[in-house]
Amino acid sequence: MLQLLWLVPAIPFVGALVLAVLGPRMRARGVAVVGTGSIAVSAAISLSIAVAFLNAPPAAGSYTQTLWTWIDVGSFHPAIAFYLDALSLVMMAVVTFVSFLIHLYSTEFMRGDEGYSRFFAYMNLFVASMVTLLLADNLLLLYLGWEGVGLCSYLLIGFWYQDPANGRAGRKAFIVTRVGDTAMAVGLFLLFHNLGTLRIQDLMHAAQTQWPISSAYAIAAAALLLGGAVGKSAQLPLQTWLPDAMAGPTPTSALIHAATMVTAGVYLIARTHVLFQLAPPVQFAVAVVGAATLLMAGCSALTQNDIKRVLAYSTISQIGYMFLALGVGAWGAAIFHFITHAFFKALLFLAAGIVIEALHHEHNIFRMGGLRKELPVAFWTFLIGGCALAGLPLITAGFYSKDLILWSTANSTAGGMGLWAAGIAGVVLTSLYTFRLIFVVFFGQLRTPVSRPPGLAMAAPACILAFLSIAGGFDRDSLTAFLATALPAFRDAGVRMGEATSSAVAGLAFLAGLLAAWYAWLRNPAFSHAAAANPAGRLLHRFWFSDWGMDWLYDRVLVRPVVWLVATNKADVIDSIYDGIASLAALCHRLLSSTETGKLRWYAAWIAGGSVVTLAIVMFL
Amino acid sequence: MTIVFYTASAVAIAATILMLTRLHAVHALLYLIVSLLAVAVIFFDLGAPFIAALEVIIYAGAIMVLFVFVVMLLNLGEPAARAERALLTPPMWIGPSVLATILLAEFVWLLAHGNAPPVVAASIGPVEVGMALFGRYLIGVELASMLLLAGLVAAYHLGWRKVPQAEATHVPHP
Amino acid sequence: MFPIREGLVVSGILFTLGLIGVLVRRNLVFVLMSIEVMLNAAGLAFVVAGTRWRQPDGQVVFLFILAMAAAEVSVGLALVLELYHQHKSLDTDAISRMRG
Repeated sequence: MLQLLWLVPAIPFVGALVLAVLGPRMRARGVAVVGTGSIAVSAAISLSIAVAFLNAPPAAGSYTQTLWTWIDVGSFHPAIAFYLDALSLVMMAVVTFVSFLIHLYSTEFMRGDEGYSRFFAYMNLFVASMVTLLLADNLLLLYLGWEGVGLCSYLLIGFWYQDPANGRAGRKAFIVTRVGDTAMAVGLFLLFHNLGTLRIQDLMHAAQTQWPISSAYAIAAAALLLGGAVGKSAQLPLQTWLPDAMAGPTPTSALIHAATMVTAGVYLIARTHVLFQLAPPVQFAVAVVGAATLLMAGCSALTQNDIKRVLAYSTISQIGYMFLALGVGAWGAAIFHFITHAFFKALLFLAAGIVIEALHHEHNIFRMGGLRKELPVAFWTFLIGGCALAGLPLITAGFYSKDLILWSTANSTAGGMGLWAAGIAGVVLTSLYTFRLIFVVFFGQLRTPVSRPPGLAMAAPACILAFLSIAGGFDRDSLTAFLATALPAFRDAGVRMGEATSSAVAGLAFLAGLLAAWYAWLRNPAFSHAAAANPAGRLLHRFWFSDWGMDWLYDRVLVRPVVWLVATNKADVIDSIYDGIASLAALCHRLLSSTETGKLRWYAAWIAGGSVVTLAIVMFL
Repeated sequence: MTIVFYTASAVAIAATILMLTRLHAVHALLYLIVSLLAVAVIFFDLGAPFIAALEVIIYAGAIMVLFVFVVMLLNLGEPAARAERALLTPPMWIGPSVLATILLAEFVWLLAHGNAPPVVAASIGPVEVGMALFGRYLIGVELASMLLLAGLVAAYHLGWRKVPQAEATHVPHP
Repeated sequence: MFPIREGLVVSGILFTLGLIGVLVRRNLVFVLMSIEVMLNAAGLAFVVAGTRWRQPDGQVVFLFILAMAAAEVSVGLALVLELYHQHKSLDTDAISRMRG
């Protein structure tokens, strides 16, 4: 069974090729069958591999399948090889399953779009790249998958390319993540140069034996990989691309920018956990980045009007929780939160997609309202997803995963309590903006009428994900035990706070946010209007609305100087060197041609001159 | 005997300078002939009577005469002389004179540092020259004869004028 | 006693005079005459050298120079005639079509 591992990325890749070549000539139903079917088969295979792995775990808890040697130069020979252990198994299963549901949803959502086959081709290619990334045995193959998902993200953000704004959003995403990718590439160079291999397992062993804790190389390599992860996962300071990425179709937002691609950074850090354990300052930086990001994004989400942008900032915030968990050493907790987040965030996007489609592409939440009765499927699934996101105690999966993170943070090393407090504040904010969204969209008066209710293909995935958002968190202990075969267990630095205490505080935070949102947006909407209207409130609103001014900052500090430099170098200094050489040659040509006058006497004079010089040389040498 | 040499040299140099500055071609040619005759005297003084005779007979007597014939064929006349006067302005002389003077200075310097003592001039007559010519330098003689043949053919070919069509049937080709 | 050094100096003077003539005069006939002067000077140098070593070789070379000068003059004057027929003038500066 495990030998079929290579099919999991291969089938979507073949699907992408078929759709790319034959797609325009196929009918819509054929495209849907190929596009969704390939993911369905891949998901089925991955789930059966999971069952086989759990029933009969291979020796040393991992299974490697080498397909062929990719490059063979000197001592550098990475292979196309897949490595399956608890971590990659869990992530692969979740990714393929959620992808299947979203593809199914897209068959109805994207119906009628003239780029129907192109969409499924890109999505299939994305799934193939993502699975390659997850299963990669060496960092070079991982980087290949990394770049592949970045490419598909760009293609899908700018899917409706006729609108230049979408193209700009796609470019912004690509360029910002490129900054992170470059840092990661430098990190790979550093690792290969010092440790001589890019195969992840060998790399971890070599690093452990050769580099002492907090050595300069370990810190540098970990920091560079963190740079890459920060870019791909939209954390501080490279988070500015994700809200704009909502320009893509909603299924894309659900799949790429919520459930899968943005968690690639989390996966990278979890995979190379040894490096981060060897560099405690960098690991602490991971936690700080996570905490800061979750607070910032939470504040920004509170002010957004576009339903998808609220969810985008929410994604940034939740991944901040995952980074926080990684930073304090709660590796299993981070992956657990990834799983639950994949379920409820994809659900939220799908439900939002139902609302958007039903209201004929309306995105502004203040033009929605009272959809509770009109779109019951959307309401109930969105409510379940929102409760999971905010962490409704005991029922939802999101509560369990977030709770584990918070509890681990409180008991971790120095600064744990401060980070815990930030996490609790994040819970309040999350609850606040989530319920703001729910109350504004689904309660109150109907502002825009429903024109297109959802069909089965859109409703069924949402319902399945709603079920998983509830049930997915109950078996926490066996999951963490399973992940412990691949990731180190959490080591606390003394129990400062019991789990019950932390959970109780988190539950209270959830309630606080819920009540505040109920009051401000449902019971007494005038209050929120007044709060936003007074000068301090308006300033704060504008500041948070523009993502804490980061776009403005980057524009002033990075974009404008580069544009100015390019404009002043219009005559291109470097080109002028080569032009200068050509001009010099032309000048010499003109000078020498002018000596060819065609006049006899001049030639005789040159001969005489030459003989004078020659004799002079004879005389003086 | 050196007085003969110095006198003849002075005449040769003076005649050459005069030749350079003439406007009429024929005048210049005549001065050139004088210069050549003076050089022949030098040759005689050097103990090379055969060469002295050849200088007069061939150089002055054949080559210069050829020059005179051609100049007369050209029939340059007064307009050419006026044109020459217009061209030979003093500034024209400066550049070449400087160049040539530097060259001469180098010659003199090299000669002054060389090894050339005065010798008693033994007379080397036609016999020795002939024996050397047809002995060691036989190949040179043959090559010179071929050169002269080439010159003859070339001059003939270059000088041949096409006869007008009307007379072609009657007048045989030259 | 024959002064060899002065003889060579005279030869050099005649040579440079001929060189001046080639560089200054624009009439082709004068140029050819100046070339003859230069050839003559070279021959004089050879004969002086032959006297210095008391060998006939200098005179032999002068003979060759003579033959060469004859051939050169005959061809050169034929070309002068050709030039005059084509351009109606003997100005060397006017026949400068082969310029760069």
